[in-house]
Formats: sequence, structure tokens, C-alpha cells
Amino acid sequence: MAHSIPPETTDAELVRRAQAGELEAFEALTSRHEQRVYALAMRMLRQEQDAEDVTQQTFLSALENLEGFRGEASFSTWVLRIASHAALKIIRKRKGLNTVSLEEATDNSENFDSIPHPEFIADWRQSPEHLVERNEVRRLLDDALARLDEKHRLVFLLRDIEGLSIQETAAALELSEANVKVRLLRARLQLREELTRVLGDPERRLIQSPHHHE
Amino acid sequence: MKCEELLAMLNEYVDGTVDPAICAEFERHMAGCNPCQVVVDNIRQTITLYKDGQPYSMPVKFREQMHDALRRRWREKHPAR
Repeated sequence: MAHSIPPETTDAELVRRAQAGELEAFEALTSRHEQRVYALAMRMLRQEQDAEDVTQQTFLSALENLEGFRGEASFSTWVLRIASHAALKIIRKRKGLNTVSLEEATDNSENFDSIPHPEFIADWRQSPEHLVERNEVRRLLDDALARLDEKHRLVFLLRDIEGLSIQETAAALELSEANVKVRLLRARLQLREELTRVLGDPERRLIQSPHHHE
Repeated sequence: MKCEELLAMLNEYVDGTVDPAICAEFERHMAGCNPCQVVVDNIRQTITLYKDGQPYSMPVKFREQMHDALRRRWREKHPAR
């Protein structure tokens, strides 16, 4: 394990050193980002063995392709991109699709018109800070995430959980920014809907009259 | 503002990146349309809940095994110095 590397060393510096042949630098990069990659894989795949495979494949791939990494994106964005593709590949395999796929076929059919409007609208009974400790809430979160189409789930994970920008997410997934925005909105609204049905205060539910701004 | 226009801007509004010129109209709408404000709040709460939740942790044994594999591969690529 690399202990001699000060934490303030930037990723960019570590990449340079790894490219120059320093194993410790590469190990430090791995150590810095492996948990994020693993968490992304687990949230996408919900299966430990698959998540481990994706994680290992990701860093092996980074190792193999390090010379070619130019640093236009950050190292973390780069490994998240590799992990995303690996996870999607597994999901497609599970579904029995070939990897070239369905992705191209259905892609640009998504637009803002096709997004379902919110139905259950209510303030939540407790704030996220209080909810986050509870085990049953965690299960609720996992289940709701699993019910998202993987295309939407992935965008939500990268953008809202990992904090990539819309542009970085688009680059990572080779999508247009417009496409990312539609998928993100769909994910956010679907999760909001499911969570609010459970966590919202039914006594304060807002009943909408036939949509007054349609 | 029509529904679809609102929905299209919802992401930006949640993230606080809406163009200020458009924002004024959105704000006017929100003032008169309480459900929209609640939806926006719900979305923000949803994101917070996911971000703050315990992330999955890599099993220690797997981590060791992975680092071993990486070191082995590294040494194959960069023979002894």
C-alpha cells in the first residue's frame, strides 16, 4: 500500500507519476477512487460479485490504457466512465441483448413531452437528515433505484450522486447533453414519486385540479 | 408557461442554474402554483437522501485481492527495475 504519498497530491500529479512508471502512484489513484466505482457498480447491478468484477475490470482497464489517457477529463470521470460501460454491458447481457443494442434504437425518442407528470405531491413528514439513518428507508431507496430503467439510473447516479456535470455525464456516456437532461429529469421525477408516496404526509397531499396550466 | 416548458426547466431550477431572465417567469409561476414548489422540494430532498445515505463499502478481502491483481499486472507491464 502506498503510504508515502501526501493527501494533497493532486490526481493529475499522480497520473503523471503513474504514466512515468510509478506503481505507488497508480495504487494511490486506485485507493482514492475504488469506493466510488464499487458503489456505482453496486447501485447499478445490486449484486456483489458483479460489482466486484466491474470494479476490478475498471482499474485493470485504467492500468492497461494509462499511456493513452490524456487528461481531458479527470481521472475520476474517466474511471466512472469505464465502470458505467462495464455495468451496462452486464445488464444487457442479463437481459439477453447484444451489446450494440437497443441503446441506439430507442435513444432519441425521449423528450420532455413523454415524461409523466407528478401525481402524489406532498411535503415529506421528516427531513432527509432524519430519514437517512433508518434501515427501512435505505431499502426503499435501493428498491426505487432498482425500478428505474438502467439508462435513467445511470444518469442519476453519475450526475446527482457522483456530482459530475451534465457535460461530463454526457461525455462519459457518449450522449448529447439534451439527452442527459431528459433522462435525468425522468429519473428524478420517478424517484420523487415513489419516495413521496411513502414518505409524504398524506394529510398534506395536494390534490391537483385538472392541470390548470396545460 | 406551459407544462412541458416547466418540466424542461425543472432540472435547472432544482440545480439553481436557470438563466435569471427565465427564472423570473418561473418564480412567478411557482408563486402561484404551490404543487410545483413542493415537487421541487421533493426532488431536492430525494437527491439529498441518496447522497447522504450509507454508500456500499468494498469488502476488505476483495480490495486486497484486487490490489494484488493490479500489482501483478503492473509488474508484467513494467519489468523489474
